[in-house]
Amino acid sequence: MLELREITKRFGDVLANDHINIRVEPGTIHAIVGENGAGKSTAMRIAYGFYTADSGEIIVDGEPRRIETPHDAIALGIGMVHQHFMLVDTMSVAENIVLGAEPGSAASIDLRKAAQEIRALSDEFRLSVDPNALVQDLSVGQQQRVELLKALYRHARLLILDEPTAVLTPQEVEEFFAILRRMREQGKTVIIITHKLSEVLAISDDVTVMRDGRVVGRLKTAETDAAELARMMVGRDVLLRVEKPDARPGGAVLSVKGLSVTAGGERGVRDVSFDVRAGEIVGVAGVEGNGQTELIEALAGLVTPSQMGGAVELGGRDITRASARERYELGIAHVPEDRHRRGLLLDFDLAENSILGVHYRKPAVSFGPLLDLAGIRDRALEIIRDFDVRPANPDLPARALSGGNQQKLIIGREFELRPKLLLVSQPTRGVDIGAIEFIHRKLVRLRDEGCAILLVSAELEEVTSLADRLLVIYHGRIVGEVDPKRTSQEEIGLMMTGGRKGNAE
Amino acid sequence: MNDEYKADKLCIHHSSFCIHHLIMRLLRELLFPVVAVVFAFIVGGIIVWLVGDNPIQVYKLLLGSALTWPDGIGYTLFYATPIIFTGLAVAVAFRCGLLNIGAEGQLYTAAFATAWVSIKLGGVVVTGMSGVPVQPWANLPGVVLVPLAVLTAILVGAAWAGVPGWLKARFGAHEVITTIMMNFIAVGIVSYLTQYHYRTQGDPIMESAPISESAHIARLGSFIPGLPARLPVNVAFILAIVACALVYVFLWRTKWGYEIRATGANPQAAEYGGINVRRQIVLAMAVSGGLAGMVGVNEVLGYHHRYYDSFSDNYGFAGIAVALLGRNHPVGVFFAALLFAMLQRGGIHVDAFSEHVSKDLVQVLQGIVILFVASEAFFRGSFGRFGLLRRSKV
Repeated sequence: MLELREITKRFGDVLANDHINIRVEPGTIHAIVGENGAGKSTAMRIAYGFYTADSGEIIVDGEPRRIETPHDAIALGIGMVHQHFMLVDTMSVAENIVLGAEPGSAASIDLRKAAQEIRALSDEFRLSVDPNALVQDLSVGQQQRVELLKALYRHARLLILDEPTAVLTPQEVEEFFAILRRMREQGKTVIIITHKLSEVLAISDDVTVMRDGRVVGRLKTAETDAAELARMMVGRDVLLRVEKPDARPGGAVLSVKGLSVTAGGERGVRDVSFDVRAGEIVGVAGVEGNGQTELIEALAGLVTPSQMGGAVELGGRDITRASARERYELGIAHVPEDRHRRGLLLDFDLAENSILGVHYRKPAVSFGPLLDLAGIRDRALEIIRDFDVRPANPDLPARALSGGNQQKLIIGREFELRPKLLLVSQPTRGVDIGAIEFIHRKLVRLRDEGCAILLVSAELEEVTSLADRLLVIYHGRIVGEVDPKRTSQEEIGLMMTGGRKGNAE
Repeated sequence: MNDEYKADKLCIHHSSFCIHHLIMRLLRELLFPVVAVVFAFIVGGIIVWLVGDNPIQVYKLLLGSALTWPDGIGYTLFYATPIIFTGLAVAVAFRCGLLNIGAEGQLYTAAFATAWVSIKLGGVVVTGMSGVPVQPWANLPGVVLVPLAVLTAILVGAAWAGVPGWLKARFGAHEVITTIMMNFIAVGIVSYLTQYHYRTQGDPIMESAPISESAHIARLGSFIPGLPARLPVNVAFILAIVACALVYVFLWRTKWGYEIRATGANPQAAEYGGINVRRQIVLAMAVSGGLAGMVGVNEVLGYHHRYYDSFSDNYGFAGIAVALLGRNHPVGVFFAALLFAMLQRGGIHVDAFSEHVSKDLVQVLQGIVILFVASEAFFRGSFGRFGLLRRSKV
């Protein structure tokens, strides 16, 4: 169906794709795996006409084709669903789908005809999408199916899906895979870009592994396993499971009592109470957008007190109204969920980033208000060394680092504070496997040194394997507390969607 | 972005000082302003040629007259002084993510206040429109009066800029709108005060009574050998250089500057880092206004020795151009201000001695420079063909 032959793409002096060859058989589901920056997305964007390759050929249905714009790709029957949906919230499903391919004459759009066609397509693949619903009223899973419909409506025979499961709950992933299988039965071809090995094994027929811009292997899924794929992706053996001794929790460090946050509106936090004790990791599982962000920001002092109710105590001391800086001073460190939005000053160098939050006191400041540049540099070098940040140059702007290295810098900065309480959100989002392993080990070590850790992650596997106790959040409420070792992912997944109450309530 | 960091890769990572890295960074920063200036001169040359003059002769006249010793250089430095201050003012605000369009209003209020202090505390009796002599409050000696007048300039400028800062921090009012409005208010108030209260009775010119002689600051010619004292460049120019150094130290070497720059770079990250973003906005505007206010020192204490209505040759707006060309860095601001001052000085000679070209050429040149600098992203994009790719992560 689609073949990329000797495709090379260079950005500046980075070789994003180095003579790669990918062949996708018609009527199959083909997974492309690799770490961040391995070149998966670049290759697929070339196939979809977002980028033009520097050299190499694209062959569609046995013939060499020029694909220079997405229009060319669509004309050849290639569709792509992006990680971030491209939908207009205030328009209906049908309007979104026809956008850019409106039926009818130039002046009037025949929406009724479009809605009929969409309904037919939806029924054919059992997507159960109502063409007349407004996009803003749909769940994330449904929105994704709208994106699929968009491609199908344009007669795509090959669908490229970029990290499609990142936003889905375990149940939704199952449903989604069922849809992909139906598509395969109907003769469609699917390419799925992912870094989750379990999904590769569950859904694909063939898998192409990429590393550092090169294709390092093509395998039949049935003939491989997670360990082999991980090794190919990283280039060495990787510990896939978090190994940790049992927690030996001490007294409560953080006590949250009836906390409500109205900052996020619908997605706020409603009357939440829990403790985090010294030496334990408490995980918060939930589908994104169920109040996790607001919870962590409220605990970090980033929500104005007028938008909060209830009480927060740190070591018995009321900190409900304390500012972000006061909380730093009291020993709360925070690894924010979005490193670009909150965690880093991208245009500042690593040295300057390494003091954000403590820039006003020793060791950042030496005399009066003057910064101690040498001291700051030493501190940055220490973090760079201890947390293996690469390249190890404190003069580089944070922007120049890969996501994983940016994350290691933030984690290093916060860990160096020797916090009593660590708030950590999505610690490994967009981080490659090697760095994930590293970050997980550091978190467990910090726990064993007696730090209380509150961990929020959209990766269910991550929270269940790291947390000693797991709170499940749904619509801003804690709907249950479970022992992650004794609860199946399905059960937790059900609670995450409000399906079942845990034993706490 | 990757070729930009080629320099970094060549660095020895653990050395605390890397000359190669610094030079490459400097070149990178300089490249665009220099290209913009060269381009402007080429386009300007074409215009000169089209109106029927010889571009090379006109440019010789333009730059040559600005660089003659002592008059050319003396006037160039004098013209540079106010726009160094306003350039710094705009740069400081910009580092905090704010566009201070109001340097004009800040320097007017500051200049008037400086004159007022130098009259009121300098023992000057003012006989205004009413014809009734108004007695001063005190007659301070120069050593006290001059620092006091300078301080007044800074504080009044800071206050005038602090108001829009506070409005932004408190109510989210956009500083571009509020500073422009504050300009109108400033001009209105100082014109009124000059006209009705501080103008000497019978004086046909819109200017205040002269300030006390004890408040005058020295012309550079009075103590620099070879520089005639008739040239108006004065101690304020030295203060401008000091201000450049202080702004650098403030922005890059103090925790306050760190907080201002962090707020400008990413307010959400600054907030996360425990920085009070609203306070930074007010602080940055106040520092910006204080710098703009220093123009009053050059004008009142160093040159006219009175408040002269509408004295500003659009210094506040020239400051925006200077900051833009100087990449919001004190060193860049200093040299950009010198360049603009040279053009201003040379323009007068072009006007007088060339056949067809008027001094408007200078404004054309300045305009083109700014146009090029402002469309930097476009040029980087189309020259490097990295326009889109630069922003996407590989």
